[in-house]
Amino acid sequence: MSAPAKLPRWAELGLLPLLNLLAALVLSGVVVKILGESPWVAGQLMLRGALGSQEGIGYTLYYATNFMFTGLAVAVAYHAGLFNIGGEGQAYIGGLGSGLVALWLGHLPFFVVGPCAVFAGAAFGAAWALVPAWLQARRGSHIVITTIMFNFIAASLMTYLLVNVLIKPGQQSPETREFGAGAFMPSASDVFAKLGVTLAPSPLNLAFFLALGAAALVWMLVWRTRWGYALRVVGQNQDAAVYAGISPPRVIVQAMLLSGALAGCLGLNELLGAQHRILIDFPGGAGFVGIAVALMGRNHPFGIFLAAVLFGALAQGGSQLAFDLPKINRDMVVVIQGLVILFCGALENVFRAPLAAVFGLKGAK
Amino acid sequence: METYTLIVLTLAATIRVATPLLLAALAGLFSERSGVVDLGLEGKMLGAAFAAAAVSAATGSAWAGLGAGIATAVLLALLLAFATVTHRGNQVVAAMAVNIMVAGLGPTLALAWFNIGGQTPQLDQPAQRFLAIVWPGSATAREVPFPGLLYAELLSGHNLLVYLAAALVPLSAWVLFRTRFGLRLRAVGENPLAVDTAGISVTGLRYQAVLISGVLCGVAGTYLSIAASAGFTRDMTAGKGYLALAALIFGKWRPYPTLGACLLFAFTDALASRLQGVALPLVGVIPVQFILALPYVLTVLLLAGFVGKAVAPRAIGVPYAKEN
Repeated sequence: MSAPAKLPRWAELGLLPLLNLLAALVLSGVVVKILGESPWVAGQLMLRGALGSQEGIGYTLYYATNFMFTGLAVAVAYHAGLFNIGGEGQAYIGGLGSGLVALWLGHLPFFVVGPCAVFAGAAFGAAWALVPAWLQARRGSHIVITTIMFNFIAASLMTYLLVNVLIKPGQQSPETREFGAGAFMPSASDVFAKLGVTLAPSPLNLAFFLALGAAALVWMLVWRTRWGYALRVVGQNQDAAVYAGISPPRVIVQAMLLSGALAGCLGLNELLGAQHRILIDFPGGAGFVGIAVALMGRNHPFGIFLAAVLFGALAQGGSQLAFDLPKINRDMVVVIQGLVILFCGALENVFRAPLAAVFGLKGAK
Repeated sequence: METYTLIVLTLAATIRVATPLLLAALAGLFSERSGVVDLGLEGKMLGAAFAAAAVSAATGSAWAGLGAGIATAVLLALLLAFATVTHRGNQVVAAMAVNIMVAGLGPTLALAWFNIGGQTPQLDQPAQRFLAIVWPGSATAREVPFPGLLYAELLSGHNLLVYLAAALVPLSAWVLFRTRFGLRLRAVGENPLAVDTAGISVTGLRYQAVLISGVLCGVAGTYLSIAASAGFTRDMTAGKGYLALAALIFGKWRPYPTLGACLLFAFTDALASRLQGVALPLVGVIPVQFILALPYVLTVLLLAGFVGKAVAPRAIGVPYAKEN
C-alpha cells in the first residue's frame, strides 16, 4: 500500500464520513437484529425520539452541548499535534470549579454568578491539563498515557471530595446540596418565553449558545490569528516551527490549557444547566465521545457542531429506544458510539481506496 | 501474631488482585514490543469476561468459558490489527472505539440473552468456575504460623489461572529475549524498516504479537468473571486494562519488572480495602481514594522521569508503510 489516496475535497469532507457513518449504522442495525428487535422500527423510534418533537430536539441539543465542548477540546489539542484523551478528567475537574462557584455564590443574581462559573470551569479544566501538558512539552512524557492517568486521578479525587467533603449532610448518595437559584443557567424555554416564543420544556439551556460561541472562538483563534498559525505549524512539523522562531513547548502548553479550559466548560451545561448540583461521574463519558466528535468533524468547529448534534441525537434517540423496546437498554447507545468511532476514526481508510478507484485517481494500489 | 496473619492475608489478596493485571500487562508487553500501542486491553478483557461468563452459564463448563473468552478477545484483537496494521488507522482511536463498543455490547447482549439487567446469571455450579486449588497438607500447615501459614495462604488456595499467570512471566521473558521470534518482535517495535529489509514481514509479526495479546487478554477477562467472581457485571474491568498498561510502563516494558509493578499496584489495592476506615498512628485515617490513586500518580512520576526513566519501544504507535 502506498500513501492514502487524495480524494476531492467534497468527498474527503462529506462523502467519506457519510459512508463511514452509514457502515457504523448498518452494523448497529445488525446488533439490534441479533437482540431480536427490528432495526427498521428501532431506527424510526430513534429518529422520532431525537428529532420528532420540540422536547426531543431540546434534549438532543442539550447532549450536543456537552459533546461540542469536549470535541472542541480534542480538536484544539489535535491541531498542535497532541492527542488529548483526558477530556473526561478535565471536564470532571472543570465542573468542580463551576460547581464550587455555584454553591458559593448561588444567592447572587445570575449575571454575577454566571461569568464567575464560566471562568472557574475553564480555569479548573485548564489547570488539570497543565501537568500533562508541561510533562509533554518539557520532559517528553507521552501525553496519551499521562492524560489517561489524570482521568483516573480526577475520578479518585472527585469521589473523595463528594463522599467526604462536599456531600450534603444527612444523605446517602454522594452529591452536593442544590445550587442557589442564581446559579441556574437560564433554560432555553425561559429565554424564549421572554421573547414571546413558547418552547416545550427541556434541559436545553444557555450553555448551548456558549458552546456555539466557543466554536466560533476556536475557529478565530486557530485559523485567523498568529497564535493559531504557530499552533498549526507545531502540529505539522516541530522542526519547521523552531526554524520559524516558534517555541514548541510554549505552544504545546498553551494549546493544552485551551483544550482543558474548553473541556472544563462541560459543567456549565451539565451542572449549572441541568442537574443543579455536583454529582458523581457527571461527565458520563462525554470526554471520550468528544474524540469521536472531533474525528468526525475533521477537527473543524463547524464539523464538530454537526458531529456533536449527531451524537446528541444518538444519545437522545437511544434513551427513547431503551424506553420503548424492552430488549434494549441505554447501553445500546454506547455500542453505536463505539461503532461510529471505529468506522469514522480507525477504519476511515477502508473506503478510501475503493472511492479513489471510483474517481479514477491514482495512489491506491 | 494478629498483625502477622493480617499481613499474610493482605499478601494473599495482593496475589489475587495482581493476576488479571499481570495477564493483561503481559498481553500489552507483546503488542507494544512489536510497536502497536495496546490501549485496547480494557475492551479485550471486558469482552472476554462477558463471553466467558455467558458461555459458562450456558454450557456449565468453565473450560468452554475460557475458550469463549479467549476467542472473543482474539476476535477483538484481530479487529484492532485489521484497523491499525492493515489499514494503518490510528492505534489510539481504534482501541478507544473497541473499549467503548465492548462496554456497551456486554450489558446489551446480557440483557437480551439472560434478561436479568446487564449481567449474566450467577454461576453456582463448581464446574462453571475456576475455583481455588487447595494444596495437600495446607489445613494442618495453617496451624504453624511460620512457614505453614505462608504455604497455606500464599502458595496454596489459588485457582488455576493464578498459577498460569505466574508461569507466564518466565515464559514471556524467554520468548521475548531468548528466541528468534522474540528478537524479531522486539526489532519490529524498534526499527520496522530494518526488519522489512531483512525480508521479514512487518505486518505478519505485528499480527502475531496482537494475537498473543488477544489470547492473554482472554485469560485475564475469564479470570475476572468466572474465577475471581461468579458472573459478568457491567463494567467489571473498572479500568484494570489501563492500570495494566500503567504497570507495563512502570515495568519499563520488561517482564520481571512488570510483574513487580503489578504486585505493587495490587498491593495498594489490597491495602486500600484493609485500611478502609482504620485510623493509623500519627497519620489518622487515610482516604481510600488516595491509596487507590497511588498507582496512577506513581506512573505519572515515572513518565516524568522523576523515578528512573521509562523508554518506550521506538516505533510504538507508528503505522508501518512499506515503500514501493
